[in-house]
Amino acid sequence: MTPTVRLRIDGQEVSVPAGLSVLTAAHAVGIEIPHLCYHPALSPAGICRLCLVEVDGKLTPACRERVREGMAVDTCSARVRRLRRLILELILSDHPLDCLTCDQNGACDLQRYAYAYGIEANRFRGPDHERRSAPPREDNPFIRYEPEKCILCGRCVRVCAEVQGRHVLGFAGRGFRTQVTPPLGRSLTETNCEFCGQCLAVCPTGALAPKGRRFAGREWELRMVHTVCPFCGCGCPITLHLTRDRIVKVSGGFEGFRLCVKGRFGLGFVHREDRLKTPLLRHHGELREASWDEALARVVSELIRIKNCYGPDAIAGLASAKCTNEENYLFQKFLRAAVGTNNIDHCARLCHAPSVAGLAQAFGSGAMTNSIAEIEDSDCILVTGSNTTEAHPIVAQAIVRAVRKGAKLIVVDPREIELADIAHFHLRPRPGTDVAWLNGLAHVILAEDLWNKKFVAERCEGFEEFREAVVEYTPERVEEITGIPAALLREAARAYARAQRGTIIYAMGITQHTTGTDNVLALANLALLTGHIGRPASGVNPLRGQNNVQGACDMGCLPGVFPGYQPVTDPAVQEKFAAAWGVALPKRPGLTAVEMIDAARAGTIRAMIIMGENPMVSHPDLRHVAEALSALEFLVVLDIFPTETTEFAHVVLPAASFAEKDGTFTNTERRVQRVRKALSPPGEARADWEILAELSTRMGYPMTYRHPAEIMAEIAALTPIYGGISYPRLEGAGLQWPCPTPDHPGTPFLHAGKFTRGKGKFHAVAYRGPAELPDPQYPLTLTTGRVLYQYHTRTMTGRVAGLEELVPEAYIEIHPTDAAALGIADGERVRVSSRRGAIELRAQVTDRVPPGTVFIPFHFAQAAANALIPAAPLDPAAKMPALKACAVRVDRIGSTPPHCRR
Amino acid sequence: MVRLRSPADLDALRKSICRTRDPSKLCITVCGGTGCRAYGSEELATGLRQELDRQHLGGEVEVKLTGCHGLCERGPIVIIQPAGLFYAGVKPEDAAAVVRALVHGGVADRCLYVDPESGEPVRRAEDIPFYRKQMRVVLAANGRIDPTSIADYIAIGGYQALAKALSEMTPEEVIAEVQRAGLRGRGGAGFPTGTKWASCRRAPGPHKYVICNGDEGDPGAYMDRSVLEGNPHLVIEGMVIGAYAIGASEGYVYVRAEYPLAVKHVRIAIAQAEELGLLGDDILGSGFSLHLRVFEGAGAFVCGESTALVASIEGRRGMPSPLPRPRTTEVGLWGKPTVINNVETWANVPLIITRGWKWFRSLGTEGSPGTKIFSLTGNVRNTGLVEVPMGITLRELVYGIGGGPRVGERCKAVQIGGPSGGCLPEQLFDTPIDFDSLQGVGAMMGSGGLVVLSEDSCMVEMARFFLEFTQAESCGQCPPCRLGTKRMLELLTRLTEGKGRPGDLSLLEEVARGVSEASLCGLGQTAPNPVLSTLAYFREEYEAHLAGRCPAGACRALVSYEISPETCVGCGLCAKTCSQGAIFGQPRSPYRIEPRLCSRCGACLAVCPTKAIRKG
Repeated sequence: MTPTVRLRIDGQEVSVPAGLSVLTAAHAVGIEIPHLCYHPALSPAGICRLCLVEVDGKLTPACRERVREGMAVDTCSARVRRLRRLILELILSDHPLDCLTCDQNGACDLQRYAYAYGIEANRFRGPDHERRSAPPREDNPFIRYEPEKCILCGRCVRVCAEVQGRHVLGFAGRGFRTQVTPPLGRSLTETNCEFCGQCLAVCPTGALAPKGRRFAGREWELRMVHTVCPFCGCGCPITLHLTRDRIVKVSGGFEGFRLCVKGRFGLGFVHREDRLKTPLLRHHGELREASWDEALARVVSELIRIKNCYGPDAIAGLASAKCTNEENYLFQKFLRAAVGTNNIDHCARLCHAPSVAGLAQAFGSGAMTNSIAEIEDSDCILVTGSNTTEAHPIVAQAIVRAVRKGAKLIVVDPREIELADIAHFHLRPRPGTDVAWLNGLAHVILAEDLWNKKFVAERCEGFEEFREAVVEYTPERVEEITGIPAALLREAARAYARAQRGTIIYAMGITQHTTGTDNVLALANLALLTGHIGRPASGVNPLRGQNNVQGACDMGCLPGVFPGYQPVTDPAVQEKFAAAWGVALPKRPGLTAVEMIDAARAGTIRAMIIMGENPMVSHPDLRHVAEALSALEFLVVLDIFPTETTEFAHVVLPAASFAEKDGTFTNTERRVQRVRKALSPPGEARADWEILAELSTRMGYPMTYRHPAEIMAEIAALTPIYGGISYPRLEGAGLQWPCPTPDHPGTPFLHAGKFTRGKGKFHAVAYRGPAELPDPQYPLTLTTGRVLYQYHTRTMTGRVAGLEELVPEAYIEIHPTDAAALGIADGERVRVSSRRGAIELRAQVTDRVPPGTVFIPFHFAQAAANALIPAAPLDPAAKMPALKACAVRVDRIGSTPPHCRR
Repeated sequence: MVRLRSPADLDALRKSICRTRDPSKLCITVCGGTGCRAYGSEELATGLRQELDRQHLGGEVEVKLTGCHGLCERGPIVIIQPAGLFYAGVKPEDAAAVVRALVHGGVADRCLYVDPESGEPVRRAEDIPFYRKQMRVVLAANGRIDPTSIADYIAIGGYQALAKALSEMTPEEVIAEVQRAGLRGRGGAGFPTGTKWASCRRAPGPHKYVICNGDEGDPGAYMDRSVLEGNPHLVIEGMVIGAYAIGASEGYVYVRAEYPLAVKHVRIAIAQAEELGLLGDDILGSGFSLHLRVFEGAGAFVCGESTALVASIEGRRGMPSPLPRPRTTEVGLWGKPTVINNVETWANVPLIITRGWKWFRSLGTEGSPGTKIFSLTGNVRNTGLVEVPMGITLRELVYGIGGGPRVGERCKAVQIGGPSGGCLPEQLFDTPIDFDSLQGVGAMMGSGGLVVLSEDSCMVEMARFFLEFTQAESCGQCPPCRLGTKRMLELLTRLTEGKGRPGDLSLLEEVARGVSEASLCGLGQTAPNPVLSTLAYFREEYEAHLAGRCPAGACRALVSYEISPETCVGCGLCAKTCSQGAIFGQPRSPYRIEPRLCSRCGACLAVCPTKAIRKG
C-alpha cells in the first residue's frame, strides 16, 4: 500500500498517494493545471513555467513539486493567472499564428491554452518586434520540422534521450536564438536517428509532423480507427488517422506514443498501386486476371483431384504469421477438416519452433513468460541472440529504461549490436556455441554457490542430472570453445544470479541453429537454477518476430497440435475436435515447413496452399525451394502483393491487408488484441478468412461465418487458453492468455506458484558444434538478421519509399582485418558464396562483427542470404535449419572462387 | 623537489626557502595582471632584466612578474622592494631610467604616481588614497609573489593553513571554524559557506566533489580572474581544506577559456602542489587525498549557475535545472554531493584557518564579515581592482578609493552586481556595502562588478545594455527569460531610439516583474533588476525618452545639435569637419545644421572654437 498524503488544492481537501507531483495530484481530483513541457512519460523539466502554482504562497512548477502532507496549493490565484497570461502572450509573440492553415489546428496545446486564457491582442507585436523565422525542414524521409512553430518545450529532446536513448535532438544557441536541432544543424539522416517519430508524437504544437500530413485534413475531419501494427511481434496498439480512403497519420503505441519507424511511417504499402486486386490464373505459363468464381473453381478442382489421386497428405499448407488468429484458425481447420491433412506449418518453424518445443519441455508453455512492460522493472537483463533495437524496438526501449533505472545488462552476441553500447557485460561467443557458454554460466553459478536452492528443491526436477552435465563446462573450457574470456563469463554469471528480478530475453540468435532446442533448454536451465521465473519481471522471454506469429502457433498452424497446443496425437483431443467440427480428423502429425519443401521436391507433396508467406526469400537454400515449388502440380498463394513465391503459383488470390479487415493478433507477450477494419480492400481483394470459408464450402465442408467474432467464439470454445476471450472483452487493451474463462483477467506472467507442466524440468544438454564449420574453402562464418527499416522479405517495407531510402539494398558486414586480408574496401561490391550458392552485394567494413564472422540482413531477394544457407541438417526436435551460422567465403568481384575454377 | 610527508616537512621547506632569500635583496616587482600586460608589462620586465644585465646587476636585483596590483588605470605598476617605492604608468622605454635610479639609490621621478588632488608625486603605495583606504587581505600577496612559484607562496606562509587543518583539526572543526567566521559566498548570493559544507558533509556516499566556480561572466568584472592569475595557490589551498572538511577526493577548477593566463597559472600551481605532496594522494602524510583538475568553460554566462556549471562539466549543455530539486550539496556533479564555491570564497578559507574566526569576524559587519573585492569601472578616476571591508559605504568606495568622477562634477549612480544587480542613485551612496543592505535597496552584491555612472550616462541606455547582455546569455529554456528579456530589450531599444509608445513603461514594468517571478533560474529572475531599479530611481528619464528627450544626451536618436547664431563667428570649421555635409552657411556669418542630414556624431561640437554649438 502506498502511503497517502493529505493536502489542500484550491481549498479542496484531497488525499493522494505519496510521491505524486502536484500536477498529477491536481489532475487526479479533476483540476487541470496548464502545461506545455510536461509529459507523463518524461522527466518533469519544469521549463515552460506554465504550470507554476503557489504552494504556501511560493511559486513553484507543479510538475516538479511533490505532494507533501498539509501543503496548500493554489493553482489559479490571481498571481498565477497573471503570470500564465504573460507567458502565453510571450510565447505567442514568437509564434506564426497561422492556425487557419495549420494541420495541428484543433489538437494544439498552445492554441487550447491561448483560448482558455483569452490571449487576444498581443502587446509585443508591432513594427519593432522580431519573430524567429526559418524555413521548414524536410531533409529526411519522414519528418517535417517547422522551427517557427517550435516553442522549445523540449519534449522531443527528452523523449529522444529518455525513451529512445538516442540523444539526437538537443538545444543549440542561446537566448532568443535558441533552437531545437540535431547536432550541428545536420539532417536527421546524418545522425543516429532511427525515425521512431516519438518526437512528433509528443510535440504539443505543429512543429513536428509526419511528412505528407500538410493539408491532408484537419484533425477533426479525420477518422480514427484503433488497431494493431502489422509488423513485428511487439504488437503495438496503433490508431490510424484516415480520410475517407487514406491513412494520413499513425499515432498510439505503448503509453500512447511509443512506436517505431515501421509502425509510424511504414504503412504506406496499403495504398500501393501494385496491390493484388483480382484473382490471377496461370494460362499457358502466364498469370492472367480471372474472376473469383473461375479462380476458386480451379483451386477446388485441383485440390480435390490431388486428394483423390494421392490422398490428403499429398497436400500441404503454409499459414501466415501476418494474418489474424481467426484466419489462421480457419486455415488449419480447412486443411484438417476439409482436406484431411496435418501438413500445416508456417514461418514459426524458421523462428521460434525451438522455443515452442524447448520451453514446453522445461516449463510447459512455449511463449514469453512475462509482459513487455515488466522488463523495465528487472534488475538484471540477459539479452542474447536478439538485436532488440532493430528487431523489437519497443522492447529495446523497455531495456534502455531498465538500464536507466539501474538494471545490469548482459548482452551475449557475436556482433557489437547497439544494446552492447549500454551493456555492463558484452560477451561475444563464436556463432553456434551457445550451449557451451550457457552451461558455463550454470557452472559458475553452481561452483560459486549462487543458485536458488529453495526454488530448485520446491519447484524443479531433473536437477542432479543437469548438475553433472555442466561440471565439465569450466569458464576456461568455455573460453576455448566460445572465445568468451573466462573472467567475463564469471562476472556475468554473478550479475545474473545475484539479481532479484532477472530476465532473459532472446530471439533468433538462439533458436536458428541446428541446436536451437538445446539452446532454449540451456536458457531455461539458467532461469530454473536461479529461480528467476514465475514472478513479475523474472522469466525467460522469446521475442516473437511477427505481428501474429504467436497467434498462428496458438491457432494450431503447426503439424502436431490443434489450437491451444493440444496434440493431434492425443485421442481425447482428437475426439473433441472431431465432434466439434463434425468430421473425422487425421491422427498423425504432419510435415514441418522445411520437410514440406523437401517432400515437394521429392514429389510426395503435390499441392500446396500458401497464405501470406514468401518462402522464396524466407526459407533456407533458395535453389532448393525453387526446385520444390516448380515440382508442385498445384500451388495456390493468397497474398496482398505479387511476391517471389507467387511467380510459381498456379492461382493467386488477392487478400485484404490488416487495415481492411476485422480480427485479432496475438503479440509476443501473449496479448490478444483487436484488429479493426479501417478501409475497403482494393479492387476485388477479400479478407483471407472470407476466401478460406468460401474455399472450404466449395470443397464440400461448409463454413458460414458472417464475422470474425463468430470464429473467435468457436476458438474460445475449443481452446482452453483462449477460453475467456471474446470480442466485447477485447475492446480495451486486449487480454493476455492464458485466459480460460470469461471472468479471467488474463495472465501478465506465467508459472506463478506452479509451472504449466507442474514442475520446472532441468535438461542436461551437451554442447554440439555448429553443423557447418568454417574450412579453408569457406573460411568465414555467416550470420543473418534484421535491420530496423526493413521487415522480413520486404513485401511491405520494400514498398515504402522512405524506408527504402534508408536501407535500400543488401550489404555484408565484414571485419576490417578480414576485409584487409581479402583486399576488400568499404562499399565495394563482393561475391559471397557457400556450398549452396552465391550472391553479390556491397561490403560494409565494420568492427560491429568480430573477425571471422560476417553478417547479412536477410530481407533482400536480390541478394538473399538464404540462398547461402543449408536446408539440412535440422534441429532434431524443432526441425530448424542452421539459419544463423554457416560457412561462406567472400571474394572481390573479378577474382574467381577456387571451386569454380575448372 | 622532494615530496613533503608531514607538516614538519613543510615547515622545514619554508625555512630553507627563507634562508636562501635575503630580505634586503632588491627586487623589482612588475604587475603581470592582464591589464598591465596589455600596457606592455611583459616587455617592461624583459627590458628591466636586460638593463640590469647590461649593468651587471642581474645577480643582485631580481625582477618579478606578479599578479594584479589593482590600480589598473595607471598600469603598468612597478614596485621596488624592500623599500616599497611605487611607480605607475611605467612604459617599456622607462626601463633604463628605473634601473639607473635604482643604481644610484634615487627615484625615477617621471614614473612616480601623482596625486590628482594635491598634484604632488607619491612614493609609496600606502600613501596613495586608492590603496590607503582599502583592506587587502585576499589580495595581500597578489603584488608580492610570482604566481608561478610555489616557493614564493610557501615563503610567505602558504599551505600553513592546510597543514594546520590536516594535523590539528577534525573535518568537523574546520567546518565549525568556517561557520563561526560567518563566511558567505562571494559569488553573489551570499549563502553561508559553512552551512553549505556541513550539508555536503552530512550527505551520504563515499564520492564527493569540490568545485571552484571561476566562471566569472559579468561584463567588466575581473576579481576572480585576478586572484587566479595572481595567487592560484591560495585558491587551491582553500579547496584542499574544504575537500578535507566535506570528505571530497576529487575536484574541479572551472575557469572560462577566455582567461588563458588564469588557466595557465592554475595548471602550473596544481602541478607544483602535486609534486610537493600538497595535492594528490596522501597530502602531507595525512592519508587524505584530493585530485584537482582544470575544466575550461566555453564562455556561457549562465554556466556560473551551479547546476548549469555541473551540467557543463558532465559534458551536457550548460543549462540550469529548476527548483524544486535536490541541492548540489546532495546531488551534484555526476550525481554526487558537491560543494561549489566561488574563487574568492575559497581564497578566504586559508586566511580563516590560519588567523581564526575571531580575526575574520573583526573585519566587515556583523552579518557580512570579511572583505570583498570589487572591480571599479566606469566614470571614476581610479578604475581598478579594490578590496574593502564589508560595510564600507558606496560613497567611500566611489569617492574615497575611486577618486570620484573622471568627467563632470558628480557621479549619478552606480550599477552594482553586474547584469543581475541594480542601479543605485547618488542619494543612496551612503548605503553600506554588505549582502543584506544592498538587497534592501533593490540591488545585490553580485560577484563584485561596480560601474560608476556619470551625469551623461543615460539610465535607459544602461538598462538596455545589460538587457542586451542577459538576453543573449539566456540559456533559452524558459519562455519568461528567453522571450521576456527579448521583449524588454525591444521596448528599451524603442525608447532609446525615440520610438516609445504610450503604455510602454507600464508594459516594461509588467514584463520585468513577470520575468523576475516566473523565470526558472537566477539569471532570469535577476535579469530585470537593471530595468526595475532604474525605473524605481530614474523614472523621469524614461518618461523623458517617451517625450522624445534623452536628459543625459547619450541617446543619439534623441539628441539634436544647434548652432547659436549669436555665438557663431562663421569660421566654417564645423562645416569642414562634418562628414555628412549637414552644416551649411557662408564664412563670417552664422552657420546652420540641417537636422535631417545630421548623424549626431558630435564632431562639430568638439571643433567649434567659440562653443557656439549646443547639444540638446
